[in-house]
Amino acid sequence: MDDILLQILNGLDKGGAYALIALGLTIIFGTLGVVNFAHGALFMLGAFCAVAVKSLLGFEKVVLDPTKLTAWGTPVEIRTPYIEAWFGDFGTQMLNFSVPVSIIIAIPVMLLVGIIMERGLIRHFYKRPHAEQILVTFGLAIVLQEIVKSQFGANPIPQPAPEIAKGMVDFGAMIGLQAGGVVYPAWRLIYFLFSLLVIGAVFSFLQFTTFGMVVRAGMADRETVGLLGIDIDRRFTIVFGIAAVVAGLAGVMYTPILSPDYHMGMDFLVLSFVVVVVGGMGSLPGAVVAGFLLGIVQSFASMNEVKAIIPGIDQIIIYLIAVVILLVRPRGLMGRKGVMEQ
Amino acid sequence: MSILSVENVNKNFGGLRALNNVNLEVEAGTVHAIIGPNGAGKSTLLNCFVGRLEPDTGTVLFDGQSLLGLKPHQINQTGVSRVFQTPEIFDDMTLLENVTIPALAKRDGSFRLNAWKAVRGETEIHEAAHECLADVGLAEKSQELARQLSRGDKRRLELAMCLVQDPKLLLLDEPTAGMSRADTNNTIDLMRRIADQGVTMVVIEHDMHVVFSLAEKISVLAQGTVIAEDVPERIKGDARVQEAYLGGAHL
Amino acid sequence: MGRNTTPKQDWMLLIGFSVVLLAAPFLLTPVGAGYPDLLQKFAIFGIFALGFNILFGLTGYLSFGHAAFLGVGSYAAVWTFKLFSMNPILALIVATVIGGLFSVIIGFVSLRRSGIYFSILTLALAQMSYNMAYSVATPITNGETGLQLAQSDPRILDVAFGRDYGAVLPSSDLFGIHMNGYPGFYFCAVIFIACFFLSMRIFRSPFGMMLRAVKSNQNRMSYTGLNVRPYTLAAFVISGMYAGLAGGLMAVTDPLAGAERMQWTASGEVVLMTILGGAGTLLGPVIGAGVIKYFENIFSAFNEGVLTQLFDFLPAFLQHAMVSVSSLFVGEGWHLTLGALFMVIVIFLPGGLMEGFNRIRSLVARLLRRDTEEPEKPDPIERVPEPAE
Repeated sequence: MDDILLQILNGLDKGGAYALIALGLTIIFGTLGVVNFAHGALFMLGAFCAVAVKSLLGFEKVVLDPTKLTAWGTPVEIRTPYIEAWFGDFGTQMLNFSVPVSIIIAIPVMLLVGIIMERGLIRHFYKRPHAEQILVTFGLAIVLQEIVKSQFGANPIPQPAPEIAKGMVDFGAMIGLQAGGVVYPAWRLIYFLFSLLVIGAVFSFLQFTTFGMVVRAGMADRETVGLLGIDIDRRFTIVFGIAAVVAGLAGVMYTPILSPDYHMGMDFLVLSFVVVVVGGMGSLPGAVVAGFLLGIVQSFASMNEVKAIIPGIDQIIIYLIAVVILLVRPRGLMGRKGVMEQ
Repeated sequence: MSILSVENVNKNFGGLRALNNVNLEVEAGTVHAIIGPNGAGKSTLLNCFVGRLEPDTGTVLFDGQSLLGLKPHQINQTGVSRVFQTPEIFDDMTLLENVTIPALAKRDGSFRLNAWKAVRGETEIHEAAHECLADVGLAEKSQELARQLSRGDKRRLELAMCLVQDPKLLLLDEPTAGMSRADTNNTIDLMRRIADQGVTMVVIEHDMHVVFSLAEKISVLAQGTVIAEDVPERIKGDARVQEAYLGGAHL
Repeated sequence: MGRNTTPKQDWMLLIGFSVVLLAAPFLLTPVGAGYPDLLQKFAIFGIFALGFNILFGLTGYLSFGHAAFLGVGSYAAVWTFKLFSMNPILALIVATVIGGLFSVIIGFVSLRRSGIYFSILTLALAQMSYNMAYSVATPITNGETGLQLAQSDPRILDVAFGRDYGAVLPSSDLFGIHMNGYPGFYFCAVIFIACFFLSMRIFRSPFGMMLRAVKSNQNRMSYTGLNVRPYTLAAFVISGMYAGLAGGLMAVTDPLAGAERMQWTASGEVVLMTILGGAGTLLGPVIGAGVIKYFENIFSAFNEGVLTQLFDFLPAFLQHAMVSVSSLFVGEGWHLTLGALFMVIVIFLPGGLMEGFNRIRSLVARLLRRDTEEPEKPDPIERVPEPAE
């Protein structure tokens, strides 16, 4: 029982990331009709927002202390981040909370990136064939990740979670099971809750605002909404920006779980596509449900007991599920009949 | 002898009864028109002929063989060709290629890995294709790309693509929709000539002018039911038809 | 346009292609590409792109997983070396067949969808194969180390025919001719010519015409009595076999196989080669493969030292700026150039270089016509035989 619960928890954080990326992909595809192969790169850019904020906050003042000497006889360098020197304890806390702080920076940055992408590139491809949309966003993904690689190097850069969230949470005890049975890293739990929060925000935005209503109508029937005289184009830009922010936030918060490197985006993108396909192309709830579902399935498949029966299953289970779904139920778990079935 | 027979076909969409006990017999070698006001179920019926839709009950027999559940390419292989409302042609290929493809499909069946011989070596196919293009009056344009044609010419091309297969039955869905008067008259002449060669045609049409200058028999569909089926002269005078179709006005 | 070529024009094209290819070691020496390793790559990736073009160029189905077949072909060839014989011909046959079988499986699944769905499926399935090469399939692929030859390999056929490689690690050889250096290139070149010829036959054949019909209008195609799926599957498998063959040739010229060949970046590269040259044209993908491999070779070799020399004529501050900007794109940054090139081509020249050539040619033709203003005299440009298709 505890094991099962633990595996479910294990799947939730990764599932949260899949769900957030897949959500953005679905919104973009549903409204703009564009398949965005650069969406993984947005996730990656978000993660590197956190890296950048951390290193900006971490700029150090170097003071030589002539009273102490190193083994080589030079004065000892005392390094203190400027932010600590200026703000004292508050500065220390800022550094400690660099990942959550990055969110504040990441939102405008990702919004800007999204808007520039849509205005500068995607916009000109609405009427082009799907193959060309795929190719141009694929090229963009390569460009973005190579730029990041040239600035930040090829190696993963670990990002610590805030001290307070570094420990483990005795989840079992929290829900009344035996203490110590289900112990789980606090940050992963936070990530799961965070992804729920963002998903909730996106859904209520779509559900309760006029803007969201137009977007939903656009997803159901783009042509008609266009005919109603609603200025779709301007809204498209904002929709794209929102999707970029969602992917970026998913990336920022994921950094303590997986040290970001330049190709993390593409790894997640392929899986997020699978999530979209399994959930049903064009279905937002489908993307979310399938995201968590596949995260959990993957976590079960990586249990040693399962791997003992079918070795290596954890590497391919998601793809297998996608193949089976496509063969048995082409529209996906929650897709509407006839949408993109061909 | 009837080549297409539709018996007791019913089709519902949700609560809407699109076809209500439709019976229809198409005689071989005749031009049979299906007319009716908008929403009468003409397109639904046509889609039942070609396997796009499956009737809830009833049978569609072509040449004594059921067409239900067959895929479009299988239906074509039995000898049914179709002309669409908006011409469906191979836009970025030449006219000659457009007609060569159906000619090959007729000879080679639905699939053949004929990857070694050159197309230009298929002399007989080419001759047949040229002949058909000449029949519809497009011989000089055989090397042009299909997308450059006018709408009327696209329709001619589509007809040529059907005729090269020597179909037992030719289905036409509003063949003159969106055409100018001159184009319409040309198309009527062309179809008249095709009919004279003995090709069986089922025409779905809005335009009375087209129907009465072509059809040898007319079925009138209203609200999913065949309300009359007769030769044109008698359809013209039929009170029920005028009632359903024109709300009582005289033709 | 070029589709109605005469047999004579086709033969001229084939002969011209063969002559240029066989003379490549001499022709390309002045531009610094006349050495066997690079020439082998031209031929191998040319074959890969030719095959990809049969699928993407003719039917319009954009596969993002073709590198998987390349990788599978390499593994199959190395295993043939290990188990049976160092003879490259046997290894290539096995690589092609295995590549074909593998593409039957992947094609069968992914061709149930079209459009973007198809692209995503091929991407996912190829990524799955790549993951498997590192996990479940390690007994076959030898995981991250890559599959290599060993002295102790059985090589049944070689042993049966009394071939003994002594104490050294064997390299593949065709009845005594070793497949490295120029002999290796000429071996690749002969196969490349054969592949080009086959591709030309397919382009001119009724089968090729049906594949173009798939791209043009599937609805009309099925109402014309043609079953679309076997046509697309056949195209998929043929292109998979080309990829398997190319992967086999990689193993022939350098007998080792690693999973990195199967990664999505490698799939993306062949897509780029094809569109850069011109998808759907006969010669375009070959040119695309050549251009990309050539520039990869040049650009990856650049470093800051070379750049500093290159911009030596500029004032110091400009030189510094130019070096730091351009160093992003060379050496390690070659992939950035590749990505940028990808975007530029798709945005400005979706028809690829072949379309560019044709545009320039008709522009020149128009200019010349304006100058002469003599309708009787045939335009000299018009008489140049079509280079493509």
